[in-house]
Amino acid sequence: MFRWLSAPLACIAVAGNAASAEQVRIDLIERQVTPPPILSNLIAPPPDLGVAGARVALSDIATTGRFLGHEYRLNETIVAPDDDFLAAARAALADGARLMVVKAPPADLLALADLPDAAGAVIFNTAAPDDSLRGDDCRANVLHTTPSLSMRADALSQFALKKQWTDLAMVHGPNPEDAAFADAIRASLTKFGIGLKGEADWKFDADMRRVASAEVPLFTQDLPEHDMLIVADERGDFGRYIAYNTWQARPLAGSEGIMPRGWSPVVENWGAAQLQGRFRDAAHRDMLVQDFGAWAAVAAIGEAVTRAGTADPGALRDYILSDQFRLAGFLGTPLSFRGWDGQMRQPIPLVTERAVVNVAPLEGFLHQRSELDTLGTDLPSTTCTKFGVAR
Amino acid sequence: MTPRRCLLALSTSLTLALTLAGPALADEIWVTNELDDTISVIDVDTLAVTATYPTGQRPRGVTFSRDFSRLYICASDSNAVQVMDPETGEILHDLPSGADPEQFVISPDDRLLYIANEDDAITTVVDTESRKVVAQIDVGIEPEGMGISPDGKIQITTSETTNMAHWIDTETQQIIANTLVDSRPRHAEFSPDGKELWVSAEVGGTVSIFDVATQAELAKISFALPNIRPEKLQPVGMRFSPDGARVFVALGPADHIAVVDVATRAVTDYILVGRRVWHLAFSPDNTKLFTTNGVSGDVTVIDVASLTPVKTIKVGRFPWGASARPTD
Repeated sequence: MFRWLSAPLACIAVAGNAASAEQVRIDLIERQVTPPPILSNLIAPPPDLGVAGARVALSDIATTGRFLGHEYRLNETIVAPDDDFLAAARAALADGARLMVVKAPPADLLALADLPDAAGAVIFNTAAPDDSLRGDDCRANVLHTTPSLSMRADALSQFALKKQWTDLAMVHGPNPEDAAFADAIRASLTKFGIGLKGEADWKFDADMRRVASAEVPLFTQDLPEHDMLIVADERGDFGRYIAYNTWQARPLAGSEGIMPRGWSPVVENWGAAQLQGRFRDAAHRDMLVQDFGAWAAVAAIGEAVTRAGTADPGALRDYILSDQFRLAGFLGTPLSFRGWDGQMRQPIPLVTERAVVNVAPLEGFLHQRSELDTLGTDLPSTTCTKFGVAR
Repeated sequence: MTPRRCLLALSTSLTLALTLAGPALADEIWVTNELDDTISVIDVDTLAVTATYPTGQRPRGVTFSRDFSRLYICASDSNAVQVMDPETGEILHDLPSGADPEQFVISPDDRLLYIANEDDAITTVVDTESRKVVAQIDVGIEPEGMGISPDGKIQITTSETTNMAHWIDTETQQIIANTLVDSRPRHAEFSPDGKELWVSAEVGGTVSIFDVATQAELAKISFALPNIRPEKLQPVGMRFSPDGARVFVALGPADHIAVVDVATRAVTDYILVGRRVWHLAFSPDNTKLFTTNGVSGDVTVIDVASLTPVKTIKVGRFPWGASARPTD
């Protein structure tokens, strides 16, 4: 259980910081999306996905704030699938929102970022993995606390290289998310010089709980010889029925099998067990990647307010993008932000349902600046021009 | 959870009744094995494990009473501090500890244990004689590092997520100051003369030094090693050499111990040890330093005179805390 601090402020002396209680307002804005249908009836996304992570982070930073005289407030604006997201965003901005933690599809996110009032805001994208948001469509006022698809794909490529499982095949689903992930995988395999020997399109619409054992062997039979089969099924639709039904006995990777994820309930090292425990106590469920994205955004705001000693959005953005910024993110390496596209540098755990198999960047993948920059789009190849960082 | 007793004014006289044991024939280092629920006893002369005793779940912090007649063990997942008879390895009884005790420090008068309750953001003060909780003090999130001044007047709790050292007046059991340190503070040590406080910050990668009288920051120490990424240099456990001239700092996943010269604040040596080094303990004769290496599941023995590792001793899974015991 979480316990609030009751030590009277009067007896607290803070070295080098004589701030009186300064209000720091954080706005969480979520565009709810009707979850698409999937084959299994067992899994439903939790209704507080993302928000719950922001709330836990708020509790964390509120404690520091209490000692330092910063009072954090989290305003939650949840926009139903049929309601007007932009109107809600406008209203929040008009009300004074400037530190915004957003869970919304890319189009809504960009529309919000382009509102005139949002020019001086700092917006955290906590859920959209699209590389375009870090590239051609980047915005100077948008930072990203969830890994891009290319970061996840690069994590998997490093793993394949390390294992010397370099002949790969891929099956992908029919949805835009699947196509985007498959694209990221192809680009990453090219970058790391790994061969993609064959691909297959998932087109079945039968109920796989009944016929997977008959259909999947045939579906994978024609794939050329490979070491590992990549599954691009980002909605979690058909992928679960591929395992143990393939023609050849091969491990799965991608959306199934060994999965590169920004966060997972099985992460327990580096103090993560404590964060997972706090989250479970508060939300009564496991902490998922969207929760971590929202947690990291609020935690980053708290860290910046604490260290920079200000709540001014522009000053906070500068500090967050500076070399001084280091966020303890329970992933073994401090988290920071890339100055050229606003993406958070973060290790990518490679997980199964039950364990962390490895964490990217894997040992031996070197970089002149930060080995975390071996994942995703590095400075020389970025197409983002909004951050004013020279290539 | 333990009912909360607030702030009994303790007029404990903090006299130091420290009777050291006689000439040491077979001194020992006791090491908690976090993932085996055991404690390993290492003979300092033969450098062999002479006994392995079962403990409660997830033992981490470990310390002897100042007369070495009792061993206190933080059994984190058993939510208890266990009291062991070091002669027999028998658990005598549990002390109420609050939830998830991770680290603790014993008062110089050998009476009170200050315990960090990692999951509850509390420092619990337990009287080891009456076996009662005498105070619980609200601190920051994930308290861990625990230090006490040699005169017993100031107790320090560091909180990993709040990134602070909380200065607790042991007379009133109240926080008198909070000082910000770098990210994820792990350990707090007073210099033997009580004038300086050293706090390690794991994610910040630094050790901050404070003037105890004014709580002002005197210096901040950083670390650098060729071929090791800076993010891996994560200071955790620390020990002062008994003469107060040097501080040995465990650098976690960098697999090294740094040696810091206290006078100049310069890092003079790095010593390669096992993987993910957590904590350290000097042999009672101060000639050897023992480090717990979590990931490699062993203990490195360092010769203090030459600052070289001389032996690796296999213990249980994830060795964490270490405490020395002189024996007759």
